[in-house]
Amino acid sequence: MKFDTPATTNPIDRMTLVGQPLDRIDGRLKTTGKAAYAYEHQDAVRRHAYGYVLGAAIAKGRITAMDLAAARAAPGVLAVVTAANAGPLDKGEMNTAPLLGGPQVDHYHQAIALVVAESFEQARDAALAIRVDYARAEGAYDLAAARDTAEKVKQSASATGDFERAFAAAPVTLEATYTTPDQSHAMMEPHASIAAWDGDALVVWTSNQMIAWGAGELAKTLRMPREKVRLISPFIGGGFGGKLFLRADALLAALGARAAGRPVKVALQRPLVANNTTHRPATIQRIRLGAGQDGRITAIGHESWSGDQKGGQPETAVDQTRLLYAGANRLTQLRLAVLDLPEGNAMRAPGEAPGLMALEIAMDEMAEKLGLDPVEFRILNDTQVDPNDPKRPFSQRQLVECLRLGAERFGWRQRNPRPGQARDGRWLTGLGVAAAFRNNLVMKSGARIRLNSRGGITVETDMTDIGTGSYTIIAQTAAEMMGVGMDQVTVRLGDSSFPASAGSGGQWGANSATAGVYAACVKLREAVAQALGFNSADAVFEGGEIRAGNRRVALGQAAGAAELVVEDSIEFGDLDKRYQQSTFGAHFVEVAVDSATGEARIRRMLAVCAAGRILNPKTARSQVIGAMTMGVGGALMEELAVDRRHGFFVNHDLAGYEVPVHADIPHQEVIFLDETDPVSSPMKAKGVGELGLCGVAAAIANAVHNATGVRLRDYPITLDKYLDRLPELA
Amino acid sequence: MKPFTYERPASPAEAAAAAARHPAAKFIAGGTNLLDLMKLQIEAPPHLIDVNGLGLDGIEPMAGGGLRIGALVRNTDLAADARVRRDYALLSRALLAGASGQLRNKATTAGNLLQRTRCPYFYDTNMACNKRQPGSGCAAIGGVSRQLAVIGHSEACIATNPSDMAVALRALDAAVETIAADGATRSIPMADFHRLPGDTPQRETALRPGELITAVTLPAPVGGRQIYRKVRDRASYAFALVSVAAIVQRDGSARVALGGVAPRPWRVEAAEPEVARGAGPAMRAILDGARPTHENAFKVTLAERTLGAVLAEARG
Repeated sequence: MKFDTPATTNPIDRMTLVGQPLDRIDGRLKTTGKAAYAYEHQDAVRRHAYGYVLGAAIAKGRITAMDLAAARAAPGVLAVVTAANAGPLDKGEMNTAPLLGGPQVDHYHQAIALVVAESFEQARDAALAIRVDYARAEGAYDLAAARDTAEKVKQSASATGDFERAFAAAPVTLEATYTTPDQSHAMMEPHASIAAWDGDALVVWTSNQMIAWGAGELAKTLRMPREKVRLISPFIGGGFGGKLFLRADALLAALGARAAGRPVKVALQRPLVANNTTHRPATIQRIRLGAGQDGRITAIGHESWSGDQKGGQPETAVDQTRLLYAGANRLTQLRLAVLDLPEGNAMRAPGEAPGLMALEIAMDEMAEKLGLDPVEFRILNDTQVDPNDPKRPFSQRQLVECLRLGAERFGWRQRNPRPGQARDGRWLTGLGVAAAFRNNLVMKSGARIRLNSRGGITVETDMTDIGTGSYTIIAQTAAEMMGVGMDQVTVRLGDSSFPASAGSGGQWGANSATAGVYAACVKLREAVAQALGFNSADAVFEGGEIRAGNRRVALGQAAGAAELVVEDSIEFGDLDKRYQQSTFGAHFVEVAVDSATGEARIRRMLAVCAAGRILNPKTARSQVIGAMTMGVGGALMEELAVDRRHGFFVNHDLAGYEVPVHADIPHQEVIFLDETDPVSSPMKAKGVGELGLCGVAAAIANAVHNATGVRLRDYPITLDKYLDRLPELA
Repeated sequence: MKPFTYERPASPAEAAAAAARHPAAKFIAGGTNLLDLMKLQIEAPPHLIDVNGLGLDGIEPMAGGGLRIGALVRNTDLAADARVRRDYALLSRALLAGASGQLRNKATTAGNLLQRTRCPYFYDTNMACNKRQPGSGCAAIGGVSRQLAVIGHSEACIATNPSDMAVALRALDAAVETIAADGATRSIPMADFHRLPGDTPQRETALRPGELITAVTLPAPVGGRQIYRKVRDRASYAFALVSVAAIVQRDGSARVALGGVAPRPWRVEAAEPEVARGAGPAMRAILDGARPTHENAFKVTLAERTLGAVLAEARG
């Protein structure tokens, strides 16, 4: 199905199931431990062995010698895989550094060997007996030091009007530099895979957000035909972008299984996750705002510097600044430096998350300079069209409504605009606000649907559920379209033998994947109508039946003795060119800062989101509160600490890389505006999983400023950065 | 984890004797730290002596009014003990500020005293660490040091002791009772139990090879306001940036011990009279000679401000 004109009324609009806050259909499996994650599919294979990954001990250089004798001789060892014996390997399109390093080493903890043994403990013991000699090379590990070597990224540059002149002429200006640190996805389930060969065909149970990408990349890396690779990933214990791509666990499991002649399971050991896999790169961001005394922005400029391995990508931290606020004169620019730290790549809301961490503090600072309320300042600078191309409207844009409703519900009026004034015992308290913005991406997505003689519906798509609720919203979609109950629908996900879907990333998954299921259901409705002698245009699907006039027939009749199977996909036309499709929100936060120690603690949070039709308010809320929690981490604690001498992230475990615990998150509330977006898809939905993160950290930073009077521009906002600037103790 | 042998003796004397037979053996109790270190091969004992069956899990009153806490008493049980909560609230509060409920259920009194540093370079076997591999150097010096020591450290090691419990015990003038392989017992004051690193940071306590902790003793209750204030980046389940254990009496006299700043619980008795003059003078005396790194200099300020808050609370 091609989607190239805005949606009109369709069966989804009934919203008997879609849009309802239904429980997860996979909830029982998960809460009873029966949902099998990547490392737990041992029952699907026979006599599996265990792999243990050895990571490089240096950040850059060459391996000059590797003594594998002790490892090979160790008890239980079946194989030792290195680049020297793995056979010729290609590199995936989406990998910057090779997943199996050697003799060249590109980053710390790059995998350089896999030991396969009968037990995990034997594999670990043997891997740690490998002796490696290195010739270290000089590397660049410090973004600030490499800043001047960064080159402009062409496709990121945009300019409208004459920014420099307008900024110079503006009566009120702000120029400030903000920094965000490297961050780790720190998902609960580490990257893990089980690989099994059957002749020249390979099956890998893995934990991957994008099945079709992963299968293609694995085939390319192993130089084998794509159709000989099958990836299976029914449940994923968190990804956040860290599992968008093929990573070392899957490749090494495949290589280990080939070398050992047995199925092999590999999980990246927790200390490897930070340096072996990808991370959100650090940024340095320079923001310049110019406005009239009336508070209207006349010049808005945002530049960002980040680093990555040679051939890598920039963190696109300026993208939202092209679209979020009005202003006739605009400038954005990315610059990319070559660093020899591990590979930077997408992490939940890449671009917008760190970009808004800076921009939304700048907006708070500018409001203060103008003597305007930060909510009103944002409302004043709203735009309903793409500011770079005023003929191009937003498909839906309710930022103002989010801000107004949020301010009312949160009690924004209680905020004292003079910072450092509100006290509660030993605590300094403050309120902060930030806008949330994340573009809505759409991706081609397919599904296969089977109708059996009992009227049961089975949906098959390689879409993934990374904890988001994909199983549930897909079942809701199919049930709504076919007029059956939720208990009549079975959803099968995460298998590359199913039709390729949008996958889970960039918050495109929910809308795109359900739209693909919608397309297949439209086809099935036609097939059912045709089989049973109905005209699909005037047939109603309801109560497990197809009905027209007085005639009604059970759906299962259409299947006959066999199954009725259809397959289709949704393909998106140019509506995303004709309209700017984005999601909007507003975050409100109350913080308390200990007047003596400077410890900043969240008291309450509110997110108001406008993101098209909310397919399931319960799972959507879960995504948003999870994102808000991640935003608390980003604001107050998360930082991969760089050792600038040795070139690695030092705090590479969950004791050293702190993320919020329950005690950090006392109260969260989420409101979804009633919105449908017919431009986004037949579902009229958009994504929320990343929107929920965008802006959170800045709202917290702004609340800390309101509480203490200290303006902080370097994340994370830890007490050491402002202890000496807190108000005098009473 | 290297392969190891294992035994489970039935009495403290047997355990100490077993340690004498296996010079590189480790005692294991809750295992909340040792097992992690063994998996990373930071510790690689060839033999484990499981002390969980030694019957050292009671809390007994002592003649003269103190308490004897068995080495195997779990942190959860110790924190919840009515006598501890009433007479040694500092200890209960310090315990509850540490780790998580699950870990405290498993972790023991003696094990807590013997937990190793959380210095990230100690945990990464690719990095030089004199504590892990004597003579290899200290990668933490000049590296990421925000969490590390500001005082009591040396050119060989700038690690901190991570325990909260030990800070309280230091302020309470506790002592550590032990038994040696020959059956000899002794009592080591907390002041002498943890060593400063000097040029042998691998030696962390006054224990002799094979010597087994059997109990921790608390002297008769000293009363006063007992406050344990732990400052950290998140609200729970994090090691202290700085912690202050204070016992403040009605007459204004006080004991103060610090966590998170030194290779051992940091208490300077000679500085305690300064508390009467306020947190600033007191902390200047307590941290006299501090040599922080540029990343952890804030701890000096933080310690003073935290003590100020603790004293205000005690007097409020």
